[in-house]
Amino acid sequence: MTDLLPDATGHFGRFGGRFMPEALIAPLDELERYWREAMADEVFTGRLRRLMSEYAGLPSLLYDADRFSEAVGARVLLKREDLNHTGAHKIRNVLGQALLTQRMGKKRVIAETGAGQHGVATATACAYFGLECVVYMGEVDTERQALNVARMKMLGAEVVPVTTGSRTLKDAINEALRDWVANVESTHYLLGTAAGAHPFPAMVRDFTRGIGDEARSQSLDLLGRLPDAALACVGGGSNAIGLFAAFIDDPDVRLYGFEAGGDGLDTGRHAATISAGEVGILHGTRSFLLQDADGQTVESHSISAGLDYPGVGPEHAWLAETGRASYRPITDAQAMQAMVELAKTEGIIAAIESAHALAGAYDVAQELGPDATLLVCLSGRGDKDMVTAATWFDLVNVSDIVEDVVEDAVEDPS
Amino acid sequence: MTSVGPAIRAARSQGRAALVGYLPAGFPTVDGSIALMGALVDGGADVVEVGLPYSDPVMDGPTVQAAAETALAAGSRTTDVFRVVESAAEHVPTLVMTYWNPVERYGVERFAAHLAAAGGAGLITPDLIPDEAAEWIAAADSRSLDKVFLVAPSTGPERLQLTARHCRGFVYATAVMGVTGARASTSSAAPELVRRTREVTDLPVGVGLGVSTGVQAAEVAAYADAVIVGSALVRAVLDATDLAAAVMSVTSLTSELAGAVRGERRGELRGPARS
Repeated sequence: MTDLLPDATGHFGRFGGRFMPEALIAPLDELERYWREAMADEVFTGRLRRLMSEYAGLPSLLYDADRFSEAVGARVLLKREDLNHTGAHKIRNVLGQALLTQRMGKKRVIAETGAGQHGVATATACAYFGLECVVYMGEVDTERQALNVARMKMLGAEVVPVTTGSRTLKDAINEALRDWVANVESTHYLLGTAAGAHPFPAMVRDFTRGIGDEARSQSLDLLGRLPDAALACVGGGSNAIGLFAAFIDDPDVRLYGFEAGGDGLDTGRHAATISAGEVGILHGTRSFLLQDADGQTVESHSISAGLDYPGVGPEHAWLAETGRASYRPITDAQAMQAMVELAKTEGIIAAIESAHALAGAYDVAQELGPDATLLVCLSGRGDKDMVTAATWFDLVNVSDIVEDVVEDAVEDPS
Repeated sequence: MTSVGPAIRAARSQGRAALVGYLPAGFPTVDGSIALMGALVDGGADVVEVGLPYSDPVMDGPTVQAAAETALAAGSRTTDVFRVVESAAEHVPTLVMTYWNPVERYGVERFAAHLAAAGGAGLITPDLIPDEAAEWIAAADSRSLDKVFLVAPSTGPERLQLTARHCRGFVYATAVMGVTGARASTSSAAPELVRRTREVTDLPVGVGLGVSTGVQAAEVAAYADAVIVGSALVRAVLDATDLAAAVMSVTSLTSELAGAVRGERRGELRGPARS
């Protein structure tokens, strides 16, 4: 069943498709052809498998989190994507697409980034393959995430601050699309999530589905059966679709996606696209999105930059509409509470994105009972979020952190 | 409503290309945009193209983006576009250029009905390809509205045929691989694209993207049925100190362009440095 979607024209039911300038249709066709040929080529898939294991550190562990399970009230298995190279599941997608870029004979890669995680991952893959890398990042985000800008630059990427529109992730995607249409002969657009025009949602899903495939076989080894539920956070939805893909045809495995509820749905300040958005078109695909009465895109809000996107991948819209997966909002406060709970019970600092899935586990445990086993995707590590966490929990004076770093750099240039 | 087809064919029968002038509705205000559409008409545009401001215009460069942001910040709504269309359509055939989400949000049938009631000729749809357009095609066909889809230098023979087959009014050939905005020189890919398009359709072929001066318009008029100018007109408004100055500036630039598509060498045509 999974293999049948999307259909030949890139649709998941009424979602997905291609709402793109005609100039990009031929390049999208070409990308799809190269991708399908590559996935059927043992040389390509073998090279990708070796990269994943020797460079990215995969397969990631499946960890039986005893003390966190006690806190949650059901057995929790954590898929440890936080231990991957670059600290998140995103390395799977960027290595796949960068290897494909090389196969297409293109020398230049562009990408969008919000907080900078996909930008850093893309810059990493481009450094590995020796590809030119340009990352578009909203000007507001370059200021909020200066450390990630430094990472990208160290890895050899050019970071272009986007000053149009709201100067955040959605505008970075617009600007990357404008670059792509002008430079498509030399350039691959390495989109960071399972959204956008066909074939991106299917391609990104298939490059990240190792999360679910590995976890499925690890669950069988560990439990002798499948888990009762699979849980993941959803922004654009790449880690969630990568996890869900392996279980869609297992009706006994419930699927839960957790969206960023921000300050709460009633405040209007959130990024809960499926829970509180409506059907529309953004960035080339039909899905749920946050929009006003005239179809203008509305800004999203989340404490987690990785979930702060007003759209969502079309396959999630389809899974929501068909009832195969449930999508629920988690507020900033719930996510931060789960983040600290995991840190104190297991010694693992999760990314705030992933903490949305951890927070969702509490309610699911209540519903399925103490004998249930919940597979939770710990999609990334939380180092990048320490300033946010320190501020939220008032752990230290945040301005001290920055000042100390600056002073050290000045005093000790070595 | 009137299709833009006859106006473009009439120009052709006079041995010249038609001029299509673009400005967004609601820019700088709704009433201001109505005055500016009048300036396009007075300057001699054969067809007016009214843009519907959108938050995420991926086909547009910085100039048109700035206009869309201004219009949205001033509170421009989808319904305003019909009022603007009505004012221009009294004088010349008038199309709306719009990204697809605002139409889908408004309701495709409802949008088509209100556009037709306002006297609009049809739609130019930069991010809607015929493959995804079944609902629009049905709504347009039942009212004989123009459906202007885009073709690009990257469009292969099969898609060229498919896209042209679904057009009514004219076929919009995007001169370059890129977004809207003035360019120093006209496209070398456009003549070939127009030639290939003519092989698959009898419809007029209009060329847009990067045409900003009289000299460039005259070059494009030599091989296309319609010359489409947008960013240069928007730029004229952005650079004007007030609405009255903008109206004068748009009238004057339109008149220069209208002369150019007629092959007139009136006065000094501006060189390609305008941006």
